[in-house]
Amino acid sequence: MSHRYESYDVVVIGAGHAGCEAALASARLGQNTMLFTVSMDTIALMPCNPNIGGTSKGHLVREIDALGGEMGVNIDKTFIQTKMLNESKGPAVHSLRAQADKQHYTREMRKVIENTDKITLKQAEVVEIITNKNMRKEEWPEYSRNDYALMSDDSCYIIGVRTYSDGIYPCKAAILCTGVYLKARCVYGDTSNYTGPNGLPAANHLSQQMRELGIEIYRFKTGTPARIDGRSIDYTKMEEQFGDKKIVPFSFTNEDNSLEREQASCWLTYTNPETHKIIRDNIDRSPLYCGDIKGTGPRYCPSIEDKVVRFADKDRHQVFIEPEGRYTNEMYISGMSSSLPEDVQIKMYRSVPGLEKAQIVRNAYAIEYDCINPMQLRPSLEFKNIGGFFSAGQANGSSGYEEAAAQGIIAGINASMKLKDREPLIIQRSEGYIGVLIDDLVTKETNEPYRMMTSRAEYRLLLRQDNADLRLTKYGYQVGLISEDRYQRLLQKEELIKEEIERIKTTNVGARKEVQEFLVRMESNPLNSGTTMADLLKRTELTYEDLKQIDPNRNELPKAVKEQVEITVKYEGYIARQQQQVNHFKKMEEKHIPDAIDYDDVYSLRLEARQKLKKIKPISIGQASRISGVSPADISVLLVYLEQFKRRKDS
Amino acid sequence: MKMETDTIAAIASGIAQAGITVIRVSGPEALFVVEKIFYVGKKKKDLHSCQSHTIHYGFIYDEEELIDEVLVLLMKAPKSYTTEDVVEIDCHGGSIAARRILELLIRNGARLAEPGEFTKRAFLNGRIDLTKAEAVMDLIESTNAMAMKNSVSQLRGVVQKKIVSLRDVIVLDIAYIEAALDDPEHMSLDGYSETLLIHVQDCIKELEQIYEKADHGKLVKEGIKTVILGKPNAGKSTLLNTMTGEEKAIVTDIEGTTRDLLEEHIMIKGIQLNIVDTAGIRKTKDVVEKIGVERAMGAAQDADLIIYVVDLSKPLDENDEEILRFIKEKRAIILLNKADTIHEFEIEELKKKTEKAYFFISAKEQIGIDQVENEIEKLFFNGEINFNDQVYITNLRQKEAVLEAINALQLVKKSIEDGMPEDFYSIDLVKAYEVLGSIIGEAVDEDIINTIFSKFCLGK
Repeated sequence: MSHRYESYDVVVIGAGHAGCEAALASARLGQNTMLFTVSMDTIALMPCNPNIGGTSKGHLVREIDALGGEMGVNIDKTFIQTKMLNESKGPAVHSLRAQADKQHYTREMRKVIENTDKITLKQAEVVEIITNKNMRKEEWPEYSRNDYALMSDDSCYIIGVRTYSDGIYPCKAAILCTGVYLKARCVYGDTSNYTGPNGLPAANHLSQQMRELGIEIYRFKTGTPARIDGRSIDYTKMEEQFGDKKIVPFSFTNEDNSLEREQASCWLTYTNPETHKIIRDNIDRSPLYCGDIKGTGPRYCPSIEDKVVRFADKDRHQVFIEPEGRYTNEMYISGMSSSLPEDVQIKMYRSVPGLEKAQIVRNAYAIEYDCINPMQLRPSLEFKNIGGFFSAGQANGSSGYEEAAAQGIIAGINASMKLKDREPLIIQRSEGYIGVLIDDLVTKETNEPYRMMTSRAEYRLLLRQDNADLRLTKYGYQVGLISEDRYQRLLQKEELIKEEIERIKTTNVGARKEVQEFLVRMESNPLNSGTTMADLLKRTELTYEDLKQIDPNRNELPKAVKEQVEITVKYEGYIARQQQQVNHFKKMEEKHIPDAIDYDDVYSLRLEARQKLKKIKPISIGQASRISGVSPADISVLLVYLEQFKRRKDS
Repeated sequence: MKMETDTIAAIASGIAQAGITVIRVSGPEALFVVEKIFYVGKKKKDLHSCQSHTIHYGFIYDEEELIDEVLVLLMKAPKSYTTEDVVEIDCHGGSIAARRILELLIRNGARLAEPGEFTKRAFLNGRIDLTKAEAVMDLIESTNAMAMKNSVSQLRGVVQKKIVSLRDVIVLDIAYIEAALDDPEHMSLDGYSETLLIHVQDCIKELEQIYEKADHGKLVKEGIKTVILGKPNAGKSTLLNTMTGEEKAIVTDIEGTTRDLLEEHIMIKGIQLNIVDTAGIRKTKDVVEKIGVERAMGAAQDADLIIYVVDLSKPLDENDEEILRFIKEKRAIILLNKADTIHEFEIEELKKKTEKAYFFISAKEQIGIDQVENEIEKLFFNGEINFNDQVYITNLRQKEAVLEAINALQLVKKSIEDGMPEDFYSIDLVKAYEVLGSIIGEAVDEDIINTIFSKFCLGK
């Protein structure tokens, strides 16, 4: 017997990294939000690696923060080590990464969720998405009146969800954030459990019901290494990996130097030919190789058996030993994820220097799960075929906490925008990694879990982690997640940057003695004639800080302002070139394709292009041009057709 | 996707044998581009100050070198075909001048127009009415399909191979850099810039060689399609062997030895001929030979030049008459072969039937071949024979792409020399990879990421 309970504006299914950001965004934007989780103890759980950020993922965290999300703030509260990666490279690829205290991370996020107005948390498994098309009339008397306009509506939209205990929660929008829990199965050797990560209950019913709604389901896999008792590890055989002395916060709301704390170390060791032999001798017992696992795994985090097989010529692989938290002895064995049987795992790990006496606390395993084909989504993350139903995170075939959170905040914002009858927030590829991530997911065919990479961002010089606030905070403000105060501070920062750039561009530097001496001291060529301060800053060997010595009129500015001035001026030529590309790119993005377009009516399109366009329904000429199989000529044809379409409509 | 707002140029009249060839330039920079090369008297003409819809007489110069005497027609926006600023240059017909002018325009900032692009712009800018939309779309898709087919199939095998191998080098470099940026704890870029610099310099050198070849039209299998026609055993195959200097065609005394088409590429005074030897033309009942004859006539049908070989030792007969009728409307020269034998052929009779130029030769003894070559050169430079426009355009388009790749690699080189961080290199490396891909008809899509994963062991 079903029961109907109170209705919500937005229902979020799953409280992982996507679900938390989605629920927070939705509630903070005023929506009465229900957040379902299969287990109250696993809110914002980090079931795999114990870190947040890293190359390109650090960018995502900064962007989430710039939009008014929680991930950056939460990791700033709970990190036990931080590091800026790639510091010797250009500013575009500097990436912040923090080791998290996993339990602390979960606890802090739970605290925030529990104390956010308008979020109701409930432990329950959602088993059905109820739409105006599949609802049972007896359960929805208000929709069963014959003259009810909605009944005759062609379009399909969500009206509620059903839980396993047959509770019905009517809603105006719902966001699927089921992570790896849909029909999850954990496997190592011939041991197989139909559970989510860490033995948590899987959600076994929803994916089949979604198929019935016409949603295409994929089966992906991923994996995690063993956790080892730290007391059984001999660290003297490993290289210690320290955190950075200078701690850079993830969140733009945190001041530099405000997060000082004692940092934990990680450790580096290596596999060896012995390890590889153990793996090779037992490869037939790996479910990945004997065919027990059929899901598609990610190439970027291969299991150790994959590495040994595919890169047979390498006689060692790096292994990082990372703490899972301050108050646990468990250590994460990064680089050695596996699905080999338990006995092989023990032998394999113990063959690594420092792990000879290792005691495994949790076995490594592979996990298979259902996710949706994300090409069924609009760039707003709403399903094309079910109004009000959104999807975010690993359920969309992505991988990683940060990718999930990034989609979560966008889905949460856009569910809210929809209920407010406002335009969805779509971050362009030229504006953020979030834009690249979502555009790739909804436009490009993927057959493995999608991971963010800096090489996927074609305008990465502009999309730096240092300027995420300058790029995106205005959108956070527009949708209502960023306070007036924070926005004003941003505008002030912009102004300071602009003024200082202007100042150094117009500050002439003569070839006076003091300047020449300074240049000689800095091993830079002396001046032949006068130049500007900005031109001197363009020299690779001179920094903004160095130039202080010959720049008496300089006012002391906040560090973040100086950083922007330095990068903007130093790399001006490159940035200008990318900006030019972006300007062209934007023109294509701005050419919208109306929903009503019928591609069958565009005779001249080649068949392949027509099929792809019909399936993906791009929102703009720009998006259409990124679909594989759509040629530049098809785009020209489409442009002509759209013009024709417009003129017909006008007349 | 090319920009909708840049300036495009193309030969608008086809490079056919016409007295005048029209080159059209359209877009916001059209006037600027033409101003850089168009002189009235000794001075560059300031077209901006001229009234729209005026005609200007003057000269096109490439630096100091006079290219052609031209008329320039000025149509300022919006009163033009595309509604953009349009400049049309009427130059002398024939290939050389028109091509040089087009190349000059491109070097000065115009881009070679895509097939159907002027018409597309005219439509998008509201110049063409709605009823024509379908036709415009068809035009774009069909001309493009043809151009795509041509651009890859016409690419010379060696050039294609070279570009594929250069791209392999570049993509590996990109993948290495990107993998290291993505996983700095596993891969180091220390010292990589030196390796990369060597790769980039090598690539530039190789591309420059390709570019130079392109100047002689050697990127694509272009050339004057030349067909040798004649009766059986007139010495067609001997002529081919003599001209190529190789024994490619089988020569016997038996009539009808050559039964299929045999194509050879030869250079005459810097002009490339794609020369096709054919089966002898005669009425025959032999099925195989008949097919050969049909193929010969088919090839001759769309030839740029026909070389009609006459056997002087045999009298003029109905087969000769047939060939003479066939070549009447075509560009052809007549070679009177076996000049060293007793003449049975009535030359006076021939003169009555045709006005085409003829030369006495002996293919076997290699007599008179020089004169033939001189004649072909003369025809070519007078613009009387010409080869396929499409082939030429393909060559130009690819040349443009090679140049773009060189420029991109020069920027990489500069970044390395300026000591920029490694992540700056891949921006222009990717650009080079993309444009080289366009030459061989390959899109980039996931290549780089696939290479990263297949070559480098990454990940946690």
